[in-house]
Amino acid sequence: MSDEPDRRRRRGRKLPIAPEAGAADANGLNGPNGPNGEARQEGEAEARPIEPDVVDAPPPAAEAEPSADAEALAAAEAGATDGERPADPEASARELSVKEVPSWRLILTLAAAGAMAGLAIVLVFGWAEPKIEAHRAAALRAAIQEVLGGPERYETLFVVDGSLTTVPPANVDSTELDRIYAGYAADGSQMGFAIAGEQPGYQDIVGLIFGYDAESGQLLGMKVLESKETPGLGDKIEKDSAFVSSFRGSLPPIEGVKAGAGTGSEHEVDMITGATISSRTVIEIINKRMESIGAMIQAYRAETREAPAAVSAEAGG
Amino acid sequence: MTGPENATELVRHAPGAHEGGAALLGGTTTPTQDFLRGVWEENPVLVQMLGLCPALAVTNTVANSLAMGLATFFVLTGSSLLVSTFKNLIPKEVRIASFILIIATFVTIADMTLAAVVPEIHKALGAFIALIVVNCMILGRQEAFASKRPIGRSLLDAVGTGFGFIIAMVMMGSIRELLGNGSLLGYSVFGPSFEPWIIMILPPGGFLTLGIILLGFGWWRGRKAAEVPRVRRWPHGVASRRAA
Repeated sequence: MSDEPDRRRRRGRKLPIAPEAGAADANGLNGPNGPNGEARQEGEAEARPIEPDVVDAPPPAAEAEPSADAEALAAAEAGATDGERPADPEASARELSVKEVPSWRLILTLAAAGAMAGLAIVLVFGWAEPKIEAHRAAALRAAIQEVLGGPERYETLFVVDGSLTTVPPANVDSTELDRIYAGYAADGSQMGFAIAGEQPGYQDIVGLIFGYDAESGQLLGMKVLESKETPGLGDKIEKDSAFVSSFRGSLPPIEGVKAGAGTGSEHEVDMITGATISSRTVIEIINKRMESIGAMIQAYRAETREAPAAVSAEAGG
Repeated sequence: MTGPENATELVRHAPGAHEGGAALLGGTTTPTQDFLRGVWEENPVLVQMLGLCPALAVTNTVANSLAMGLATFFVLTGSSLLVSTFKNLIPKEVRIASFILIIATFVTIADMTLAAVVPEIHKALGAFIALIVVNCMILGRQEAFASKRPIGRSLLDAVGTGFGFIIAMVMMGSIRELLGNGSLLGYSVFGPSFEPWIIMILPPGGFLTLGIILLGFGWWRGRKAAEVPRVRRWPHGVASRRAA
């Protein structure tokens, strides 16, 4: 047991030769001299650890030299007989096994590989990122168009300190701010506000956007932006056109009722049978967002009616 | 991880695959064997039971299965090519770390490419693209094959294995989409009167489908194994060519 660490140290130095030989053998690529040279080497490697500690004593440097010599010799032999030394995998593998001992080489290898990987990823990212951004913006734009009924243009309103503004304060990161979108018709009249919201549903976060007509107080439409609800049941919140269109013209706060059990009130929306949690999530998102944003929208409208010039400042998205 | 040990298993359990397996053990395989081994005899999903996570999780439609299969194919082929090219430069102490680094790079590239080119499918596949990096099928091919063989053979092996993975994925996806949605690649097959078996596109459907496919595959392999003596006599052309 006492010479176990010592043996491991030896193995660590010697081992690189043996498996490589095995691999080369498996390939059937051994030169005629290869097996002989290997046998000699392996015999040495095997014999050493069994020797008593006393014989093990010689300093590593003294021991390393002959083995390196033997390797060089074997490599030279292989080269001489094969006449194609660089192509001989055994010889090149042995050269490597000498080099791969120092740890700086391991670090260097990983560092170089990491640097190359980083470079490759940065290059691909540079190409892909604008496209991904464009897809995301296009999806949002399409959703806003859909829920507001095709506005000519829309502008982004940021929620700052409980009120809406088109210009975010300079000291705040505007991407972090809650926002809604105000849509305008070609003649400059306000068509409504697109409000996005999200909340956990049955499986994962449900994200949606809905249009709100501040004039009549009705919803203009609803579109689910992201959901992983159960296929065939919960995903009806985005795929069932009857459910989706039932939000058009409804008055928040909305109340979900069992299909067919409603009283005909504009506050009621039929829930989807078998997807109670998913439908309730949609309704809750709309109600909660309206609760917090509704008053701000009214305040903003009162404000902009006083100064209509401020409205036409920023177009597009 | 896989490789020779698996080949031994295969030979022991399936005498039908005897010749290919034996050749593998001897280390002298033909390029055709390298290619076909991954496609059929050692299909990563159907025989080696590797890569089951994506095979169960994202095969609810043919399009998703195909995209996942292609992404994995790309990662596997690219990694095998690089690992095989640099095998002499990678010290074996850090080989696994290097393989993972190479694989992860390809996975990230595949992830971003899918997001940029087919955002809908990227959304549907979700986290499973990033999880290709831990698909042991890929690391297994690097460790068992690409790190020991010439570049050409490694490429063949990777293409074969990747192709086998695509076959298994599309098999699963077709069955599940057909029964669970009544369509193939989004085109309705059974018409509107078909009542979809919703369970087939839910997670349990993945297990059911995989179980039934494996059952059929095992039955077929068992039959093939039992028939070995007759097979040698029956296809005369094959038998005589083998003898010659």
